[in-house]
Amino acid sequence: MIDVMYFAWVRERIGVPKEQIETGAVTVADLVAELRAREDRYAAAFADISALRVALDQELADFDAPLAGVREVAFFPPMTGG
Amino acid sequence: MGVRVQQAPFDIGAELAGFAAGRTDVGAVVSFTGIVRDDTNSLRHMVIEHYPGMTEKAIAGIEAKAVARWHLSESLVIHRHGPLAPGEQIMMVATAAPHRADAFAAAEFLMDYLKSRAPFWKQEVRADGAEWVAARDEDEDALKRW
Repeated sequence: MIDVMYFAWVRERIGVPKEQIETGAVTVADLVAELRAREDRYAAAFADISALRVALDQELADFDAPLAGVREVAFFPPMTGG
Repeated sequence: MGVRVQQAPFDIGAELAGFAAGRTDVGAVVSFTGIVRDDTNSLRHMVIEHYPGMTEKAIAGIEAKAVARWHLSESLVIHRHGPLAPGEQIMMVATAAPHRADAFAAAEFLMDYLKSRAPFWKQEVRADGAEWVAARDEDEDALKRW
């Protein structure tokens, strides 16, 4: 089980801020492919991966990063702080 | 090094009065305040979403980079979240250093990194609906100068 979090328009498209997912995905990209295949709302949120950022256990990561040992994955658009 | 992520407003005067107070090695304090801007007189409010936990860690990491790079005596970042009306303060950065060049450069560095590397997202709410603010290429490019 892995905690998956969504922020900003990714959260709006998927419809929940957080969920637990049972997955055998090896990398973030594998998890994205699994989610996309689930339902249209995931396909819509993950349509263009270049428009998204990912954090693993609250550290920015790449989509080819491994998920082994990771407890929390977060997907969100590029940040707009300041 | 201070980090505060909060919904409540802050008092810039009180923050700066207490910032690096009593330290005799400080010769320069620089501060920046970000304010909700409404160019078109149509903004009802701005909503700032963030990622509790990661936000504080990311800001502390950015401050640690600044401290490693410049001769800084103290730094402070306060960033608000939640709904904010036009004219309200969004955030502030303050840096203290023996000399002003370090304080100015570190403050700019902190601002550039907070824009694109701290997990905040701005949404503008107007009469005709809400829209997420898109990240700008210029903000990403600004990191390259460091």
